[in-house]
Amino acid sequence: MQKAATGPVRRRSVGRDETTAAGSTSAGPVAAAAKQGKRKRPGRAGYVAWLMLLPALAVYVGFVVVPLGMGLQYSFYDWNGVGVATFAGLENYLQVVTDPELLGSILNALTLIIYFTLIPIGVGLILASLIRSMRQGLLSSAAQTILFLPQIVPLAAAGIAWSWMYAQTGTVNQFLSAVGLGGITRSWLADYGTALPAVGLIGSWVLTGLCTVLLLTGIGKIDSSLYEAVRLDGAGWWREFFTVTLPGLRQEIAVLATLTIIAALSSFDIIYTSTQGGPGRTTLVPGISIFRIGFTQSDVGLASAFGIVLMVLVLLVVLPIQRLSKVND
Amino acid sequence: MRTSRSELILGRLLLAAALILTLLPLISMLSAALQPADRNPTGIVWPTDPQWGNFVTAFEVGNVWRLMTSSAFIVLGVVPASMLIATLAGYALGALAPKGGRAVLIFFVAGLTIPFEALIIPLYYQSQSLGTLNTPWAVIFPLLGLFMPFSVFWMRAHFINVPRELSEAARVDGASVLQEFRQIQLPLALPALSALAILLFLWTWNQFLLPVVLIADPLDRTVAGALTFFQGQYSLSIPLLNAGALLIITPAIVVFLIFQRQFVRALLQGAVKG
Repeated sequence: MQKAATGPVRRRSVGRDETTAAGSTSAGPVAAAAKQGKRKRPGRAGYVAWLMLLPALAVYVGFVVVPLGMGLQYSFYDWNGVGVATFAGLENYLQVVTDPELLGSILNALTLIIYFTLIPIGVGLILASLIRSMRQGLLSSAAQTILFLPQIVPLAAAGIAWSWMYAQTGTVNQFLSAVGLGGITRSWLADYGTALPAVGLIGSWVLTGLCTVLLLTGIGKIDSSLYEAVRLDGAGWWREFFTVTLPGLRQEIAVLATLTIIAALSSFDIIYTSTQGGPGRTTLVPGISIFRIGFTQSDVGLASAFGIVLMVLVLLVVLPIQRLSKVND
Repeated sequence: MRTSRSELILGRLLLAAALILTLLPLISMLSAALQPADRNPTGIVWPTDPQWGNFVTAFEVGNVWRLMTSSAFIVLGVVPASMLIATLAGYALGALAPKGGRAVLIFFVAGLTIPFEALIIPLYYQSQSLGTLNTPWAVIFPLLGLFMPFSVFWMRAHFINVPRELSEAARVDGASVLQEFRQIQLPLALPALSALAILLFLWTWNQFLLPVVLIADPLDRTVAGALTFFQGQYSLSIPLLNAGALLIITPAIVVFLIFQRQFVRALLQGAVKG
C-alpha cells in the first residue's frame, strides 16, 4: 500500500538527482574529482550511481510495486476478470473479515505457526545444544548435508512425498501397525481431525534442518568461556541452556521466527499438492483461498482484498519481531 | 569444555533420529517408485523385484526432458539477469552511496516481506495485458522483480564492506567508475555472486505458484510447477507418481551434493540477511 504511494515520488527523485549530478559533471573534470579525493562523493559518481540503480528499480517497480498498486485498486471493485468492474468500496474487505470460510483459512494459517515455527525452532534448539560438543566427525558433517536436503527439494515435492507417507497403505501407518498402534491408523490427510496437524508436520520436516544448522552456527559464536564459567558454577544441562545458550541465540531465533512465520502464513505449495485445502475446509489457508476465489470463482476483487490482508497480516506479525531483536541487540 | 558421556550419547541418538526422519520421506518415495506400477504399494519395503523401468516410463510419459528444458530456460532468463542488475544496484548503493540511496534501500527492503500469494492476482492480469501469459516470460519478468529486493540487499551488503581506499586508489590511477567496477570490484565480488547464483537458481527451479498460475501448459513450467501435472497424469499409479517426482527433484539434489558447502553457507547467510 505504502509502496504504491511512494512509487511516483521515487521516480521524481531519480530525475532530480540526475539533473543536479549532470550539472556538476560538466563543472568538475576528472582531474578535479581525483584531487578532491577526500570529498565524500564526486558528483559524477552520483550520476552513474543512479544509472546503475535504474534497471533494478525498473524491474522492481514494474513487477512488484505496480502489481501491488493494481491489487489495491482491484480490491475496491467487484470484478469477475472479464466484464465491467463496479466500485464496491470496502465491501470486499468487510467480507474477508466476516466470512467464516475466509476467517477460517486465516485461523488455519495462524495454527500452522505451531508447526512451521515453534516445532522447528524448539527441536532445532534441543538438537543444536546437544550436538554442540560433537561438531567434528563423520556424523555431524553428514548431518549438515542430510538436514539441508528438505531445503533443496521443492515444497510441492515435499507435499507429494508426504501425502504418500500419510496414505492408508503408507509408511506412517506401516510404522504404527509395527509398533502395535494399528488401531489408530487412518488416511491422515483425509481425516477432518488430523489433516491440519499432518500438513503442519510437513512444514516441520522442511524447516527443522535449517533451524538446527543455523542455531548450531550461532552456538559456535558464543564465547566458550561462558560455558566454562557456568559449568564451574556447577550448573547442569538445563541451567546452562537457559543462562548461556538461549540468550546467546536471540538474534538467530528472531531471524528464524521471521522466516518460518512468513512460511506458515503464506504456505501454498505443500497444501496445494497434498490436500488442496481439504477435507472440507480443514486445511484451507490464505494462499489457497486467494487462488480459488481469484481463478476458480473469478471474484478478482475479493481475492485481491484477501491478498492485501495477507500482506498486512505478515507485516503485523513480522515487524514486532524485528523490533524485539533490535532492542535486544 | 566438559561434557558428560550421557549427554554425548543422547546427542548422538537424537541427531541420528533426526537424520532418519529427514530421509524417511525420500526413502519412502524410492521404495514406492520401485514397486510394480499397476499395484498399490505398502509402506517401505525393499522390493524383491525392483522395477527400475518405472523411472523410464515416468521419464517418457511425464515428458521429463521437455520439462527440464523449459525449466532451464526460465532459470537462464532469471538468474544471470538478476545477478547483473542486482550487482549494479548493490554497487551503487553500497560503494557509491548517492544522495537518496538510503531511501532507495528502504524501498527495496520493504519488498522483502511481500508474500508472492498477495501479488498473484494482479500479476496474472498484468501478464495478460503484456501478452506474456502462458509463455516463460510470464514467470521470468515477475521473478526478476520479486527476487530484486533480496538480491540488491545481498550485493549491497558485500559492496559496503569493500574498503573505500581501493576505489579511491583506482580513481587516482585514472580509472573511470565503470572500469573500476569491472576490473576491481567484480572479481572481488565473486564469492558473494556465486552464493547469490545458488540461491536464485534454487528459488527459480523450485518456484511453484507463479508457473502454476501464469503458464497453463504444465510442460512449459518449472519442474516444481509441473509436479501438479504429474499428480494428474499418475493419479492411478502411486509408483509412477513417486518415480516421476524423484526424477524431477534429482537435478537440484545432485547440484546440491556437488556444491553442498557453498549451498549451506549461502542458505545460512541468506537466512540471516533475509
